Amino acid sequence: MNKQTKSKLLHAFWVQTIFIVVVYSVLSVLIGTGIFSKYTASILTTSSIYVIVALGLNLMTGMTGQLVLGHAGFMSIGAYGTAILLKAGLPMLLSMLLSASLAGLVGLLIGIPTLRLRGDYLAIVTLGFGEIIRVVIMNLEKLTGGAAGLMNIPGLSIKTASTEINTLLTFLWVSIFMILSILAVVHLLISSHGRAILSVRDDEIASEAMGINIFYTKLYVFVFSTFLAGIAGGLFATHYRYLNPDMFNYLKSVDFLIIVVFGGMGSITGTVAASFVLTILQEQLRFMKDYRLVIYPILLIMMMIFRPQGMLGTKELRLTRVFSRKWWRKNLARLKKGGRGNASA
Amino acid sequence: MPVLDVKDLSVTFGGLKAVNQFSLDMPKGGLIGLIGPNGAGKTTVFNLLTGVYKPNSGTMELEAENGQTVSLIGSEPWKIARLGMTRTFQNIRLFKRMTVLDNVKVSIHPGVKYNPFQAMLRLPVYRREEERIDQQAMELLELLGLQDKAEEMAASLPYGEQRKLEIARALGARPKILLLDEPAAGMNPQETKELTSLIRTIRDKLDITILLIEHDMSLVMSICERLLVLDYGTLIADGSPEEIRTNPQVIKAYLGEEVGGSC
Repeated sequence: MNKQTKSKLLHAFWVQTIFIVVVYSVLSVLIGTGIFSKYTASILTTSSIYVIVALGLNLMTGMTGQLVLGHAGFMSIGAYGTAILLKAGLPMLLSMLLSASLAGLVGLLIGIPTLRLRGDYLAIVTLGFGEIIRVVIMNLEKLTGGAAGLMNIPGLSIKTASTEINTLLTFLWVSIFMILSILAVVHLLISSHGRAILSVRDDEIASEAMGINIFYTKLYVFVFSTFLAGIAGGLFATHYRYLNPDMFNYLKSVDFLIIVVFGGMGSITGTVAASFVLTILQEQLRFMKDYRLVIYPILLIMMMIFRPQGMLGTKELRLTRVFSRKWWRKNLARLKKGGRGNASA
Repeated sequence: MPVLDVKDLSVTFGGLKAVNQFSLDMPKGGLIGLIGPNGAGKTTVFNLLTGVYKPNSGTMELEAENGQTVSLIGSEPWKIARLGMTRTFQNIRLFKRMTVLDNVKVSIHPGVKYNPFQAMLRLPVYRREEERIDQQAMELLELLGLQDKAEEMAASLPYGEQRKLEIARALGARPKILLLDEPAAGMNPQETKELTSLIRTIRDKLDITILLIEHDMSLVMSICERLLVLDYGTLIADGSPEEIRTNPQVIKAYLGEEVGGSC
């Protein structure tokens, strides 16, 4: 690696680190002092949880090209598993990791028979699985509370601290997992394994002819994807501290797919942005009461008409571009000329 | 000992015998052409050799590292590629949404020394391996004259260069045998000429045995040491270009009953 790329990478690393630290410091102050209400903080936390599920889904659907329709089901395994283990007195991190591993294991068992086939079998099987797991949870009343739900799940809180601080604590806890998931997915994608994943999406036959074991590739991506959904489920349980099976119906799975499509299939930054935009949008539309259910789909339809590739397509937003001197020089020069500054260039 | 020894390979699709008793022994470093009229089953032979189709009968044996042979019957395509036989496609199958460089890197991927987990954690082995892959891929692009287009999207290349990229990609897996499916299709005479010398360079420099399907007779006649002619799935001739040129059966297959002079 030559010096130029090395310094470029270092530059990118610092720009990203500083950006994350600044954004989260500001948010921490806003939430910790109560300027952002508990409700607002909760929306941000929920968005962050959805980022994790949507990232996993995008890895499988956008990057590997395999449609999955049951991520809410895998999320529910993580959520209920964590809740039950927490109630049994296990530490939080351990319960989350165990439950997410269970979700991954179930993913493995579903993936082995279905991923050998070509076509959309995975979508149908996972859709069915999502419903099965919901019915199972509904009927395991002793363990899961059935349709009434599971209440009083221990969350992340310090007894002596104020509500604001506890809200902040949950938000930061979720954010750590979100950032780690993003890093893991990005690092995977820019590696040789990532290229193998993308090649499966682009052309399975050519990929296989180049020595890529496409079944194995799809399988481990799927297991990782379901593991991430499980992690998100665990976070969801400790954030809401109440679960019921209807939180994880197939509409929820479709919601995650909408996030992926809206952000751009194959774009990590697109998925992150879309998770926040769509979650916040759904909340903001609440003042319209029932019309919300009309406006939201209309917005989605408009999106598909005018920008079918999603917000970002397969492109990525790069902070280094926005924060580079070149970018400022270019856009300032353009502004001076009286032209329009192009924010995305 | 041949690098690849194929005996009596047959496959039927329903009632159609697409390939019938196909035999081929490829000497190391050989450059063999497979020709025949349209629909003769040439690409089907490639698909059989690379494991896309499973033959109904016959044997295929590839020379392995330690002087032994491995049977390719029933092996999946990715295993055959890893054993040392890769191919290009008649209807170009590049990874369109990836860069030229990444296309080549995909075929270098098998045998990479880190697992997905180590990639996520970005361990030092990741950087070491990426440097190696980067270097190998650039070398191949330079060989094919595509080094200036490394960062372009594969789909944006002109047709002739896409064909070259397919060859570069097939070479990334460091094959012993390279199967080229109509490498000159759609190229103009100048490009075909370049390609001809390129194929020779690949054979001599990288010590790779090549089997190619081609309709461009100027290319086939000038570089192939041996030609096989396929008609209706059956091998009708096997010999040097000179012999094939004057073989009455071949002329019959291409031109019909009336036997003319040499073509």
